[in-house]
Amino acid sequence: MSEEVTAEGGHGAVPTTGVETGLGEKPSRRTWPLYEVFVRGKRGLNHVHVGSLHAADDEMALHNARDVYTRRNEGVSIWVVRADAITASSPAEKDPFFAPAGDKVYRHPTFYAIPDEVPHL
Amino acid sequence: MTVTEDRTGPELDLEAGFDRTIGADQRVEPRDWMPEAYRKTLIRQIAQHAHSEIIGMQPEGNWILRAPSLRRKAILLAKVQDEAGHGMYLYAAAETLGVDREELTEKLISSKQKYSSIFNYPTLSYADIGVIGWLVDGAAICNQVPLCRCSYGPYARAMVRICKEESFHQRQGFELLLAMVNGTDAQKAMVQESVDRWWWPSLMMFGPPDDDSPNSAQSMAWGIKRHTNDELRQRFVDMSVPQAAALGVTLPDPELVWNEDRKSHDYGEPDWAEFKAVIAGSGPANAQRVAHRRRAHENGAWVREAAQAYADKQAARAREQEVPA
Repeated sequence: MSEEVTAEGGHGAVPTTGVETGLGEKPSRRTWPLYEVFVRGKRGLNHVHVGSLHAADDEMALHNARDVYTRRNEGVSIWVVRADAITASSPAEKDPFFAPAGDKVYRHPTFYAIPDEVPHL
Repeated sequence: MTVTEDRTGPELDLEAGFDRTIGADQRVEPRDWMPEAYRKTLIRQIAQHAHSEIIGMQPEGNWILRAPSLRRKAILLAKVQDEAGHGMYLYAAAETLGVDREELTEKLISSKQKYSSIFNYPTLSYADIGVIGWLVDGAAICNQVPLCRCSYGPYARAMVRICKEESFHQRQGFELLLAMVNGTDAQKAMVQESVDRWWWPSLMMFGPPDDDSPNSAQSMAWGIKRHTNDELRQRFVDMSVPQAAALGVTLPDPELVWNEDRKSHDYGEPDWAEFKAVIAGSGPANAQRVAHRRRAHENGAWVREAAQAYADKQAARAREQEVPA
């Protein structure tokens, strides 16, 4: 076959050579901001990040989040937050940012040896 | 102190870190360093997958107004809405790689990016709705279940959501066909005719044979792809044969036969010339699909503009109220 074709994208094979990725190009006109979406699955659970979407404003983001992420009662509460309002740590797992907790094993209950016969500890 | 590190040192460290993550079968997350080729491969794959979900609404949407009952219409509406949702999950995943969603849409409607060849076949009868659910979504599930373990975290997580919903798609299709094959002779014939048209294009969804798929090895090494095209195609054939028997339909392949040695079915070769032609743009519905998507996007421009104008006005009012009296 003259053209490289892959089928990995679920719905079937398409060419992958000569296909633009568009990485780094920005559209000329103004686009709606990106929102991150968090859903509480049921009472008693934390909100969990489920994905993102674009919307013109907060209210539309909430409505779109309901339609995109809770079509089957997946949630009882939704948070949407503009992606540019999120401050994040560096993603690398070995980041020195998390080093202070690394050598403090005495913060875990298993650090302490207690005789087996002592109950309720 | 001696400094021995050369100028490529940090880059090599990053690459070693990426290789360790992949080697340990851990997930790569959006802001991790990744090789540009890995990033671009994922963007192409996720974008084409998203586009396929979006274009995939058209062949089925074709029958919403002609569904034979309110029950069938509600089901079909829910399914088409799911396809839109799947497209949205996937565009969200693609965006974590640094592309803009708007730009991906532009590339779809200008045919610079592709979608799956299967959606370039028309839906000629209502039985096609059932057969698409059974065979086309069934083939998609074979492809998609291993993607839930893809090395790129956001893609894998999107696939988990999608796979849960695809199960509804496949079962509603099969149930629809069961109802039809238990109906009149004309309905049975309609199902068989539909199966005859969709079987081979469904097999083609898995892509060319392994020996004609040179980039597969790289995708497998990166943990993006978990099984070869032929492995997945074989799995799909083996799953479909007993299902076809349950429906009482014949799969249109005279070479399809159980091979006791392999504990699998032997099957005929799809027409790769047709496959190539459809991908190249000569399928029955290529031009129509893209034109329709473009028209829908352009006709929706005023809605997007109005929403933006409203948001701007609300924001301006909020600012005015903040001014101290």
